[in-house]
Amino acid sequence: MVDHLLGIEGLSKSEIYRYLDTAQSFVEVSERDIKKVPTLRGKTVIHVFFEPSTRTLSSFDIAGKRLSADTINISSSSSSVKKGETLLDTVRTLESMNPDVLVMRHSESGSPHFAARHLSRASVVNAGDGAHEHPTQALLDLLTLRQHFEPKGLGLEGLKVGFIGDVRHSRVARSNIWAHLALGNDVRVVGPSTLVPHEFADSFGSGRVKVIHDLEQGLEGLDVVVCLRMQLERQDEHFIPNLDEYSKEYCVSERVLAKCCPQSVVLHPGPMNRGTEISGDVADGPRSLIRQQVNNGVAVRMAVLYLLARTAEPHEEYER
Amino acid sequence: MSIHRPVVIENGTLIDSATDREGAFDILVEGGRVAAIEKPGALKAHADAERIDAKGQWVIPGCIDLHVHLREPGEEWKETIQTGAEAAVLGGYTSICCMPNTKPANDSAEVTRFIIEKAKAAAAARVLPIGAISMERKGKQLAPYNELAKAGCVAFSDDGDPVADAGLMRRALEWCLMLGLPLSCHEEDRNLSCGGSMNESPLSLKLGLKGFPGVAEDVMIARDIELARFTKGKVHICHVSTARGIELIRRAKNDGINVTCEVAPHHLVLDEGCCAGYDTNCKMMPPLKGHEDIEGLFAGISDGTVDAIASDHAPHDRDSKLVEFSRATVGILGLQTSLPLFVELCSKGKVSRKRMVELLCHGPAKSFGLSSGTLRVGSDADITVLDPSVRWQFTSDDVRSKSKNSPFIGRELTGKAANVLVGGRRVVSNGALAG
Repeated sequence: MVDHLLGIEGLSKSEIYRYLDTAQSFVEVSERDIKKVPTLRGKTVIHVFFEPSTRTLSSFDIAGKRLSADTINISSSSSSVKKGETLLDTVRTLESMNPDVLVMRHSESGSPHFAARHLSRASVVNAGDGAHEHPTQALLDLLTLRQHFEPKGLGLEGLKVGFIGDVRHSRVARSNIWAHLALGNDVRVVGPSTLVPHEFADSFGSGRVKVIHDLEQGLEGLDVVVCLRMQLERQDEHFIPNLDEYSKEYCVSERVLAKCCPQSVVLHPGPMNRGTEISGDVADGPRSLIRQQVNNGVAVRMAVLYLLARTAEPHEEYER
Repeated sequence: MSIHRPVVIENGTLIDSATDREGAFDILVEGGRVAAIEKPGALKAHADAERIDAKGQWVIPGCIDLHVHLREPGEEWKETIQTGAEAAVLGGYTSICCMPNTKPANDSAEVTRFIIEKAKAAAAARVLPIGAISMERKGKQLAPYNELAKAGCVAFSDDGDPVADAGLMRRALEWCLMLGLPLSCHEEDRNLSCGGSMNESPLSLKLGLKGFPGVAEDVMIARDIELARFTKGKVHICHVSTARGIELIRRAKNDGINVTCEVAPHHLVLDEGCCAGYDTNCKMMPPLKGHEDIEGLFAGISDGTVDAIASDHAPHDRDSKLVEFSRATVGILGLQTSLPLFVELCSKGKVSRKRMVELLCHGPAKSFGLSSGTLRVGSDADITVLDPSVRWQFTSDDVRSKSKNSPFIGRELTGKAANVLVGGRRVVSNGALAG
């Protein structure tokens, strides 16, 4: 049985901690002068990105290389998808070259699950599927929070966490919500009713998530504020009247944070629209953990590749 | 129709809602028609007759499906009129009405005649073409209704492309009223459904799939009911999937508006939860719903609001389903599973067997103004003899269609058409196509 990482949904608390512990142990590798360990030497990782990406792709690629895996990047603009090949044919073709891990990003929800169902040897890692999940982003967000709270004698549990903005279209929010629910945290989704419909309350199990439409009320008492990217084309789809109206009501500023949740820290998965969903003073201010998020991306992806590529080859244990 | 040997169907239980018969009757078929219906043993001996022993079985009027897609002309790799008509009789259907979403669309007598010729050669179920409401089903210009009706069309529909232009819909209703033919409407406001690929709900939000809200169907049902009221034309609502849609139709019927409707079996026996694994064989339009809507559909079935069960048989090749969920083709096979799924609902007490027969036979006939769907002396001998108790596993080898897109493959089904007569000719014999 080949292991995959398709989503955070269904992971237990201990599985989440296993990823985080492993990631933490890899943080140090990136701080060395020679940033490379031989752990995955001889393993092949293919990144197949059907949707553009800068930080996720480069972070996966660096992660693979620091573990000494051979990595190949395929993007939709250069791939045979452009020539009309189906997703299934593309991933089967790639699997024929015996990669150990296929890291996949796709604009349509469920695509990595579909690929995983039809592959027999390669592990599939979901690097973001439509508006569904982005599990490595959630893990790196958790690692960032853990590094922040642990020195204060706190942990990842017992937190009040809010997701602010376009939750409807956010895979980052969904993966994070599953993770925080697994950790037993208090989860709120905050934004206008078009982007944060009341049905969200039951999407993760009946009533497990609180839906709030007023920003100040939603921020009240939060420990963690996760700002979500507002996709600029949403105004043409009638989800918001216009960006001005949206930002006046929902832009997370230092003023409102100081008023509603002075102790909070702020995350943003990037790329940011400054002045739309997050103000510059928050993004660059003392409560922002945004740079650490990017920094942790590499360690988390190293952990994911390591855990999957290792479990994919159990006989390795005997050879040692 | 050529002359066949007389057929005697004996020892069975005749169920016919139109004549209110439910009990032991023997039937004599001669010259393609029902010649006699008598209490057991009362038929005069016919030494030369072919005998069908229907002991323990139900004898019902041949089932009528108001909504199938036969893909020919244009997409013969998915289905042909031959394979579709054969799948139909194996599923207990003696008449099927085929939607005009062929390539080219059925908007001319040539296409209608082509379908009818092919169906004759298939020599299985009767195939009754549905003509387009608008040219090329594009919603811009009325189709030639008289030409289509004369060629053999029994209703009009733009199938999966709902008529967005209310003005065109009004004129179509007015014209077709002169012909006495219904407009069969897939109800969807595309500005509301917005390309959604499953029911809009907490689950669609969880899965990150674009939702298709039930109200996209309801507002169009409401519009067409008002247009039917205004024009006095005849509207038939396809595959109603919402509780609210049923309620709107219930009220319209109470108001005396000329409206009928159908429900598809998959909307009754499957729910939106089937989409949770992104299984493209659970992607249909309208999408599978949640429990409240399903209860509303059952309520409509019990109280008579629903006129017909229609399969919305939609064959699609494997490749077009082996893709991302949002990009997969829409719909599933239905002809061979509708009857067994209903027999199962019967055995669970969700619907009475007489009501089931009404929904599969006389109800659809009345909706489209067909004379079939009942068994009286002198009727065409379209008869389905079904074994209600046989339990069998539905496998892809059982599928007669060219496509295999059914979420029911692998499922144990209850009930099967054992013998089927079309115009007195035995087309299914002991559960298999007659040679």
